[in-house]
Amino acid sequence: MTQDRHSLAIAARGLTLGYRSPAGDAVAVLNDFDLDVARGEFLTIIGPSGCGKSTFLRAVADLLQPLKGQLGVLDGSPAEARQRRDVSFVFQDATLLPWRTALQNVMLPDDVGRRAPRQDAPPAMELLELMGLRGLENRYPAQLSGGQRQRVAIARALLSRPRILLMDEPFGALDEITRDRLNDELLRLWRKTETTILFVTHSIMEAAYLGQRVMVLAANPGRIHALHDLRGLKATETGLRREDPQLIAEMADLRRELERC
Amino acid sequence: MKQDIPQPLNGLLAAGGALSIIIAWQFLLPLAGVPSYILPTPVEIARIFTKEGALLWTNFWPTVYEAVMGFLLGNGVAVLLAVIFVLNRYIQAAYFPVILFLNTIPVLALAPVIVLIFGLGVLPKIIIAAVICFFPTLVNMIRGLESPNSSEIELFRVLSASRLETMWKLRLPRSMPFLFASLRIASATAVIGAVVGEWIGSDKGLGAMIIQATFNYQSGRLYAAITLCSLLAIVLFLIVVSVERLVLRYERH
Repeated sequence: MTQDRHSLAIAARGLTLGYRSPAGDAVAVLNDFDLDVARGEFLTIIGPSGCGKSTFLRAVADLLQPLKGQLGVLDGSPAEARQRRDVSFVFQDATLLPWRTALQNVMLPDDVGRRAPRQDAPPAMELLELMGLRGLENRYPAQLSGGQRQRVAIARALLSRPRILLMDEPFGALDEITRDRLNDELLRLWRKTETTILFVTHSIMEAAYLGQRVMVLAANPGRIHALHDLRGLKATETGLRREDPQLIAEMADLRRELERC
Repeated sequence: MKQDIPQPLNGLLAAGGALSIIIAWQFLLPLAGVPSYILPTPVEIARIFTKEGALLWTNFWPTVYEAVMGFLLGNGVAVLLAVIFVLNRYIQAAYFPVILFLNTIPVLALAPVIVLIFGLGVLPKIIIAAVICFFPTLVNMIRGLESPNSSEIELFRVLSASRLETMWKLRLPRSMPFLFASLRIASATAVIGAVVGEWIGSDKGLGAMIIQATFNYQSGRLYAAITLCSLLAIVLFLIVVSVERLVLRYERH
């Protein structure tokens, strides 16, 4: 892919990710790969467990140091992007603090990190309303449903107006109806904000429906198996409907790919 | 299978159970020929409270003071030390084993030493009560401070939170259920510490009263003092539980 350097959100060159064993040996999870993600792109990542999907997100969020190679995030290092609050992370479990109300949870990013809140930051109340949580701001997490908790987590991730949103199976624990609804809301949000989104999922449907590109990872050793470009299919303003035959065909393709890796 | 008992009945049963024991104690023990100087009846003990109220009262307050101060000191130091240990693993690695070793010394064996060092005033009693509370709270508190899960820790890292911020806004609130589990137990053990301290060198307090009453065969007075010790522990326990309700109110929804 040839792209202007400045239009890249993420640039990986010869990147090897993994961890160090207690003995100090490097154990690679994802091996020697290149990847460019354009600014404003919605990239979904799918693959069998143990293939390093989360590992890649963790490296972008500066939660993990690369073993080898280079990883650029918004023309700088992952650490610089993290310190500027350009990157937000949404975990599989909502990770809300139970002693804080919904509103207080959304405002957590302003309470830590010793940095002044961004001037252009959307007010927390507005974010809760955007996520359809009006009237629930004073509830504690224990009083919210799983879907509502995940909405609060997304509102919290948006508070710092991130340029990159990393989502690690955010809807994996939700029922399918709630998941479909949140998928649609996420797409609407993405179109409005032009945020770059990296979205890890186990669901072929989710991967094909959300992603402009779908990255298929293979395990043992972890590597990029295929990169599906759906931008041609989704050129229209509203994207594809779930029942669209083209999307169904794409899902069948993805399923075959996954069976082979 | 666990059988659920509705709330008002549950309370009635608890009161009824206690009452049945007291009635049996009052009427069956004399029938069984247990002499009053070994075990006086509840009515006899109650009579001591009205007859010797002033004496019991003057011995009650020193024990209250020692138990409460010991509770605050022992748990306070334990919480502070747990925070330091979790903030700095090197300090924990250096000093936790020493504390572990010191904890193997029975408090009853340590008490005379503490009296030897700090004299016969209130201070040694406070310290003995504090020592008894200290270790369980330290261990519980360390576990509590380490209880945040990996995504919570990662959330704070992505937000570039400092160690102190993570301590203050994540670890400490997370540790509260662990702390209160330990404080509930400490509310009873602090009283034990104060009483043990008074046994060894004191002429005031419920502990001193227990020793004197035992040697003088004043069993009514002995049992009255024991009742007061138990009452003190119950009151401390209830205070801990109400504070816990207030602090952990978010859990009850």
